[in-house]
This record gives sequence, structure tokens and C-alpha cells, in this order.
Amino acid sequence: MQYSSPTKNGYFGKFGGKFVPEILIPALEELELAYEAILKDSSFQEEFLDLLREYVGRPTPLTLAERLTDHYGKAKIYLKREDLCHTGAHKINNTVGQVLLARRMGKKRIIAETGAGQHGVATATVCAKFGMECVVYMGAEDTERQKLNVDRMRLLGAEVRPVTSGSQTLKDATNEAIRDWVTNVDDTFYIIGSVVGPHPYPMMVRDFHRIIGDETRKQLMEKEGKLPDYVIACVGGGSNAMGIFYPFIDDDTVRLIGVEAAGYGVESGQTAATFAKGKPGVLHGSLSYLLQTTQGQIALAHSVSAGLDYPGVGPEHAHLHDIKRVQYVPVTDEEALRGVKLTSSMEGIIPALETAHAMAFLDTLMPTTSSGEIVVINCSGRGDKDMATISKFI
Amino acid sequence: MPSERIHTVFKNSKDKSVMAMFITAGYPEPVVTADLVLALEESGADIIELGMPFSDPLADGPTIQYSSEVAIEKGTDLDMIFSMVREIRQSSQIPIVLMGYINPILHYGVDEFFSKAAESGVDGFILPDVPVEETGLVEEHCTKYDMSLIHLVAPNTTDSRMKLIDSKSNGFVYCVSVTGVTGARDGDQVAQSVDKFIGRVKANITKNPVLVGFGIRTHTDAMRVSSGLSGFVVGSALIDTIRKNYPNSDWLDQVKLFVKTIKYGSQN
Ligand SMILES: Cc1ncc(COP(=O)(O)O)c(C=O)c1O
Repeated sequence: MQYSSPTKNGYFGKFGGKFVPEILIPALEELELAYEAILKDSSFQEEFLDLLREYVGRPTPLTLAERLTDHYGKAKIYLKREDLCHTGAHKINNTVGQVLLARRMGKKRIIAETGAGQHGVATATVCAKFGMECVVYMGAEDTERQKLNVDRMRLLGAEVRPVTSGSQTLKDATNEAIRDWVTNVDDTFYIIGSVVGPHPYPMMVRDFHRIIGDETRKQLMEKEGKLPDYVIACVGGGSNAMGIFYPFIDDDTVRLIGVEAAGYGVESGQTAATFAKGKPGVLHGSLSYLLQTTQGQIALAHSVSAGLDYPGVGPEHAHLHDIKRVQYVPVTDEEALRGVKLTSSMEGIIPALETAHAMAFLDTLMPTTSSGEIVVINCSGRGDKDMATISKFI
Repeated sequence: MPSERIHTVFKNSKDKSVMAMFITAGYPEPVVTADLVLALEESGADIIELGMPFSDPLADGPTIQYSSEVAIEKGTDLDMIFSMVREIRQSSQIPIVLMGYINPILHYGVDEFFSKAAESGVDGFILPDVPVEETGLVEEHCTKYDMSLIHLVAPNTTDSRMKLIDSKSNGFVYCVSVTGVTGARDGDQVAQSVDKFIGRVKANITKNPVLVGFGIRTHTDAMRVSSGLSGFVVGSALIDTIRKNYPNSDWLDQVKLFVKTIKYGSQN
């Protein structure tokens, strides 16, 4: 059976929906209509693809990781090089799409939340390019551990508003962005940075990122004449993972693996491993798996990587988890830091701490593979932004 | 009949404004919530909205974020809120509406939550992150126990949606005065916003009484904004008053004075 999600009401199986204050319903309806229109509008699709090519630098290469392949001595390892996208991560595929949509809808003011700062930078970048006002909410803790990205956003002309409520990380930045949207709903477009939030965001963000998987498929067919056996991606909200997984969902032979951040360990109480420790619940507009306390309050997540430090996950991942199409595995802070070193020293690629979680899973996966097989890892971003954190460990 | 208590308030109000007061359960301390509710009633509140604190109240401004944080820190949970309601019910028949986000309810178990709420003497619910699209989760339970499900309308709600919300609500409809989060605001701003869409509210919401809320701080605000509607809701301004006076020995007197002043004006 062909995979087709979400439903008209924004449900992926039993997950998703639109759990938002009444004030946002007209905005979501307007967005749905506008999105439906651009799906059928070839001029939009052309403009989008043109920008991805001429501004973002797509297609990104699919690089054979030769030394890593030799190191494990089993399956061949390819890296999908989203780190080579303009601004250094996959995030910009989505911000290009959403900013074009915002322009068509006549919105002048853009808001965004950011964790690692990569989505904030990608949003500030497209706003600079199109001359739009841009406000980025960022947890105060994250403004420190990702200071480089704060400076980049400011240079690009965005206003960065540090958020001091709650855990001062991505979850709280998202709350604050939603409060801004509720207040300025008439003229403001909210560019959500992952496959989370109320319908139609999870679908729309996935669609803007599916080019990652579409290119991978084509490139691998050209290089190897076959589909991959494994596709691996890190999962925070899950946008880079949905982007690379989506075009392979109907290919039963392709095993899809999402790597979530275990922080100090799944049982440590300081983790961001939503599938390992979470339960279904509602946060930021959709029903999905969530880390929560025994009272149903949202638990504080922990990960060394700001981009994975989030107690929720996109609703489509929740569905893919429940139907067992994607396997979700945890990787700790420490393992991720080893992943950074390994990838840097063996391939000359310094991965983002988020990406390093996916790289680190190779230690577990590779011994179970065989030499005729192919593993593709989504190299979602580069690690320059993380040097302050990484340098404490080298 | 739980929802009957709400209907009776509106029936008996004649042409007087119904005054609903919002507090966060467990703020400033769980042990004072029942007494606080009784004091609000004594000072003229007609309906109590009891907030179920949530860690991520994304439709709320700083005041209710703060009261929610304190209440959670002090251990307030749903079972505790049910005991507070039972305690209030020993001496009062004031309508009690629980207001809160859906996640703690889902976590508690929807069946269990509604049956306990009914048992404790709760009359209705306002769930700000459950628009009419998503009420499937809760509607049948409210019907089963005859409790009110109260929806919100906002300045940007279309006419046809107002009609839909009216048909899906029972007890009253909560009219959000401004596009924004909860919090005390400038009275003129609130009045101007309401002026612009009150005509549409009256034309489209015909089955239920309408209470207007968000931003009301004074008697004058309340009278201006609710004229032509059934009444008004005060939340953040009340919590600010508690915050300013608690735990001074006269804090409850100050709260009572505030409530009376909102209801009757300062000359009383
Ligand atoms: C490089 C990189 N990879 C992954 C992520 C995680 O987000 P998602 O799970 O939406 O791909 C981030 C988020 O900031 C990121 O910067």
C-alpha cells in the first residue's frame, strides 16, 4: 500500500492535528489554502528550485566516506552533504520555501524559533535576501552555547530575542514565538524550523526538505545502480530525517533509522530521547510523543546538542514509529562527541553535534552490515557553530 | 446537574453583568485556593475559573506563566485540584469551570479526568489549546456528565466559525477581547478592539451567553467592554493583586476589596 499522510485534518495515524488557540485557526486556514495553491503552481515550484540551485547550492553531493568505510570494513558509507548548503545546514531548504510562501501571502514580518541557531540563521538569511523584517526567539542558554550563530543572525539584520522563561532552550523559544504569533497574527508569518507544530507545518516542512531524499535516491542510482540498504539521520524535531526518509518510505528494503539524543543516557533523567522515554501528548500544536513528568507537565530535555535539546518530536515520526516503519535509537552526548572526532579525523568533515549523533550510531550499526550493502547518513550540518562546546572535549 | 449551576447564574443575572474570576489553582499556595475562591464569591464573583497549571502555557502572558510556575513548584496537580473543588463544594454552589491545556488531562487519562471532575463538583471546562476541530477527545465526556464545554472566539474568528462555536458550546462562550496572550492591558486598547467586532459577536452567537475577557483591569474597563454582552472575566489583574499582597496579613482583604471594586466601582 502506498504511504499517504497526513489526512485532510493533519493527522498522521493518530498523531498531529491542530491544538492551538482559536486566534491561530484563521492563520492556519489561510496558510493551508496558500500552501495548496503553491503545490499546483508551477511558477512557485520553479522559483523554489531555482533558489535552491543558485542560492543554497543544490544539489548537495553524496560523498563516499572512504576511510570510514575501510575503518568498519563492512557496508559502503555515503554522506549526504547538507553541511555544504549555504549557511551550513539543511535548515535553509525549508526557510527558502516558507519565505517564498510568506511573500506570496503578502506577509511582511517573519518570526522564528531556534535552538542551535541554524534555523535562526537560515531564516535571517532568507529575510535579508528578500528584505523582510525578522525576529528570532532563542533560549538564553542557547544564545550562549551557540554564540557564533547569534552574531551571524544579528549581522544578517535579524533581531534575536533571548528567552529567559522555563528551561531557556528550544521549547521555551517556541512558546515565545507562538505568543508573538498570537499577538501579531495579522501581519506575521511564523517560519517553524522543523516538522513540528500544528497542521499544515509538519507536512509543509517535510515537503520542502524532501529534496534531500529525492537527490539521494537519484545520486545513488547513478553511482551504484541501487537503493540504499540503510538511511540514517539524527532526529530533533525531525526535519532532516523526514526530508531524507520520505522518498524511501514505500521502499520496504530500505531500513530507516532515526537517531535521537540520549543526553547523559536514556535512564539518566537528563535526556532528549523522546521515543525511548516519552509518551503521547500535546505540545506546540500537535499530538506526538513527548517527554513529560508523572503529572503531565513537559519535562526538561537535555542534550549536548542544542538542536536536539527538545522534549518533543514531529507527529509524522510518531506515526512512523508506531507503524514500525522507522526504527529510533538513542545516542549519548559522549558517543556523539566521539562521532565528531571520528568523522573529523577520518573524512575531513567536522559535523554539527546534531549530525554527530547519526555518525556515532555507525559503531553500533556497521558490525551488523555486510560488504555488499550501502549505508547513507544525512550529514545535516557542519560543526563550526559547536566549536566552543567541542573544544572542551578535545 | 452540574451545568445547571452555570445556566442558573445567567438566568438570575437579569440585565446585570456576570463577573467571572480566574485564578490559578495552587497559587499562591495550594492550601489557600479553597478559601480564596470563597472570598471571591463573597466579594461578588458569579463564576470561578480555576486554572490547571501547565508548564508551557503558550496562550498566556507573564502573569499567568508566573502563577502557573509557582503552583507547579508547590506540587499542584489534578488530584489536588479535585480535592480543592470538593472542599469548596462543602459550602458553596458557585459554578466552577476548570481552565487549562490538554496535555496534563491526556496524561491523567481522559475518562478518569472527566469522571473525577464530575464527582468533585466541577461544572465545565475551557481548554484553550483544543479548538472545535479537536474536541472529539473530550466532547462525549462532557455530554455524559452534563458538564459545559466552553469555547473561545477571537477578533479574527469569522462569522461562520462563530456560529459553529456557538453551536458547539454549552454554558457560555468566552470572547477573547484582543488578539494576544492573557495579561492586563491598557483599557482603551481593549475597548477599541472589542468595539470593532462586538456587533459580529452579538449577531452570530445567539444560543449562549457571552463573557468577554483578556486585559480587563478596572470597573470602568469591565463595564465598557462588556456592555451588550452577558458579562466579563478578570484573570491577570486579580493574580497581580494577589502577588502584590501575599503573604501580608491583610492579603485576602486586599483581594476582596479589589474584586468588589471591579464589580461595583470605587464609590462603594
Ligand atoms: C545541523 C542540524 N542537524 C539537525 C538538527 C535537528 O533538527 P531536525 O531534527 O529538525 O533535523 C539541527 C537543528 O538545529 C541542526 O542544526
